[in-house]
Amino acid sequence: MLETAFFNLFAGLSILSGMGVVLARNTMHSVMFLIFCFFNAAGLFFMLDAEFIGIIMILIYVGAVMVLFMFVVMMLEVNQAKLREGFLQYLPLGGLIAVILIIEFIAAAQSGVFTEGVKATAVHISQQVNNTAEIGQVLYTRYLLGFEIAAIILLVALVGAVVLTLRTRKDAKYQNIAAQVHVRKEDRMRKVRM
Amino acid sequence: MIPLTNYLIVAAALFSLGVIGLFLNRKNVITILMCIELMLLAVNINFVAFSHYLNDLGGQIFVFFVLTVAASEVAVGLAILVAFYRTRRSIEVEDINTLQG
Repeated sequence: MLETAFFNLFAGLSILSGMGVVLARNTMHSVMFLIFCFFNAAGLFFMLDAEFIGIIMILIYVGAVMVLFMFVVMMLEVNQAKLREGFLQYLPLGGLIAVILIIEFIAAAQSGVFTEGVKATAVHISQQVNNTAEIGQVLYTRYLLGFEIAAIILLVALVGAVVLTLRTRKDAKYQNIAAQVHVRKEDRMRKVRM
Repeated sequence: MIPLTNYLIVAAALFSLGVIGLFLNRKNVITILMCIELMLLAVNINFVAFSHYLNDLGGQIFVFFVLTVAASEVAVGLAILVAFYRTRRSIEVEDINTLQG
């Protein structure tokens, strides 16, 4: 009974804050709503016995990704009123597609195809099972290749983000060390006849 | 115990919200990126739910990979956005038309 109540709480709040992300007038409010949505999704993960994923969700999404969003929102000076122009222009098309999508998803979810092979009495895993250790045992053995590829993807994204935002300032004076080292005597000295 | 269908419906609702957000916020690229995050979150909920109900840890591992791709996508996307804002002073989708020739 308590579990159902918590599920309804987390699910309802995450959907409500998802609506907030889409509809909020201020971009900053959207970011806040998305953070709240991630917290509630982490609650759902805790209820599904995926503690590690839940913690990672809060640490990585809220602690890193959303803070990055927040920095960018604060850095860019945008006209909020102008951004809202034509907001409802695409509502008929977008609403139609979203309604069709959700009807399809719910029909598929209730068709029983996905519940085949599902544990009939899905009980919670006992407290002795360490979710983090279980994930580690699988991640570093069966999924080692994927793990390495994920690391490379993160490295490429890191370097790419730095390269994209790097700019050399024109107004600042920098030391050109290569030119200093390669200077020759003839360039600097001039003999004058007295 | 909550049936699997409930989790699937929550994820479906979040995914549809992300889709409708993509259509509504045509002006603001940051909101579009956030809607993509919302859709990826829905996918993650599906993965973890199936992982729990099918008693298979593979789903939780795939959440990691989705998380990795989402994080790098956000980093590169926001970097492109900042670089674009420097040259055009705008983040509207309509203004991003430099490459159309």
